[in-house]
Amino acid sequence: MLEYRIEIALWALSGVLPFIMFSLWSQNDVGNSFGLNDIGLARYFLSAFLVRQFSVVWVVFSFEEDSLSGRLSPYLLQPLHPLLRYVAAHLAEQATRLPFAIAIAITFFILNPSSFWLPSLPQLFLAYLSTHFAFTIAFLLQSLVAALCFWTEKSSALERLIFVPYLFLSGLLVPLSAFPSNVLKLAMLTPFPYLINFPAKILSGMPVDIFNGFLAQILWISILVPSVKILWKLGVKRYTAMGA
Amino acid sequence: MHNNPSDLIVVDQLSKYYRVANKQPGFKGTLKHFFDRKTYDVPAVTDISFKISPGEVVGFLGANGAGKTTLLKMMCGLIHPSSGLVDVGGFSPQRRQTAFLKQITLVMGQKQQLIWDLPPMDSLYVNAAVYGLSDHEAKVRINELAEMLELGEELTRPVRKLSLGQRMKSEILAALLHKPSVLFLDEPTLGLDVNAQARVRSFLSEYNKRTGATILLTSHYMADITALCPRVICIHKGKLFYDGDLDSLANSLSPSREVKVELKNPCASEQFKKYGAIQDLNDRFVCLLVSRDKLTDVVSNLLTDFDIIDLEISDPPIDQLIGELFIKGEVN
Repeated sequence: MLEYRIEIALWALSGVLPFIMFSLWSQNDVGNSFGLNDIGLARYFLSAFLVRQFSVVWVVFSFEEDSLSGRLSPYLLQPLHPLLRYVAAHLAEQATRLPFAIAIAITFFILNPSSFWLPSLPQLFLAYLSTHFAFTIAFLLQSLVAALCFWTEKSSALERLIFVPYLFLSGLLVPLSAFPSNVLKLAMLTPFPYLINFPAKILSGMPVDIFNGFLAQILWISILVPSVKILWKLGVKRYTAMGA
Repeated sequence: MHNNPSDLIVVDQLSKYYRVANKQPGFKGTLKHFFDRKTYDVPAVTDISFKISPGEVVGFLGANGAGKTTLLKMMCGLIHPSSGLVDVGGFSPQRRQTAFLKQITLVMGQKQQLIWDLPPMDSLYVNAAVYGLSDHEAKVRINELAEMLELGEELTRPVRKLSLGQRMKSEILAALLHKPSVLFLDEPTLGLDVNAQARVRSFLSEYNKRTGATILLTSHYMADITALCPRVICIHKGKLFYDGDLDSLANSLSPSREVKVELKNPCASEQFKKYGAIQDLNDRFVCLLVSRDKLTDVVSNLLTDFDIIDLEISDPPIDQLIGELFIKGEVN
């Protein structure tokens, strides 16, 4: 079972993109143009890393594999919605990631002692809540694409349609404050800034419109839940139980 | 079709069509398939009707692609019918209501619901939680089924380390944990060795006797059908062509019986032609196909005319008969 333990560790390390971006932006000294000094930049990207650890979603890939291999069939015949099974798997993995995420945060502070900070309890609570909402939005977005498996069979290809805007508009590569104001306005109309940028800003203590941020998250969830339900209901009628 | 309260399953004029598209080989074929795809409906099941009473064990027979698995999938609610009606215990299966799902189970060959990297016991407790069983209920049920299936330490080893037979038995245990009263089994012995097949068969027979569960079974192994299913439903090219007991099917398919004779001395084939159709002749052994009404006279004459060491009378193998029927495509 050693290989599985190593896999879990590598898995936790695989989300280090925010650190790469931090290294890139801080060395080029462009943080100031984002309205952030080096310490602010470090705190933002560490927060982005932590938020991503607990909001990353891969349901489209699991669902596609289960759908094509026929494993979805027994799941559909159990008195539990198959998507809830994937939610459980994601939550279990988040719990597994927690010690690795803490270890990485400690290492980060050892390497960048000046960036150390302790968020207040209300900040932690709000960041925790917004990260869960971010996970819910990401899960629902991918579930929407996953449900297309009932039509296309290879919906992971369509996942790119979400992943590319997610990469650029979520705040994973750069804080959204770096964007020109008209681009920022457009970005804020999409669900992506609420997946990383919003929770990461709360956690790092950057100024953020908390009320409107939560309102937008709740709005997106309330749009996506019925959309997923409708698409699922339509799609499952087309299910042919291939590979089973 | 009138529903009798004693019928557990009612299938009425059920049909299923699959929409498919063919692709020609090569780059040109790919482009055409992408921009100008021609789709058409392929009938998998056409206008099938039957009823099943509680506690029955029914075998579905048919060649590959005959439509028996599609029929099973519609009856358990996995796929939606194109037309017609299915009623299982008062439920419309495709609606997959919780009360219905708690009454049924589906075992599909080696399609696993067990988690590959964990021991079956973990998956069993996940299933118990899904079906709302308490830990105590789950433990009692697991012990009971594990004893019937002769499973022990295997339940605490990772699934990927188990043999195919052990895995299949664990799959069956997982599928039966919630005490389903209707079992849909699609090739439950597929890929198992002869001993493992026999164990699964005897378990299913025992389960049916103990619980009175209704079992619907498809299998390519005739031994599964003959051992478990007093009633068979034969499907050919999506249509039902026989629904009745296995013995009557054998009688209607073959009005003859096999007479195998071991002779003391070798004889020429010409000497046997007047007794029946020669199926096989090898040195001192001969196998004749004799019509049932002439059987007594033929056996009597053989014993008088030849020096015989051994004589055996049997029905021709049912799988051979059905196989021939499917090849001929005859519909009664």
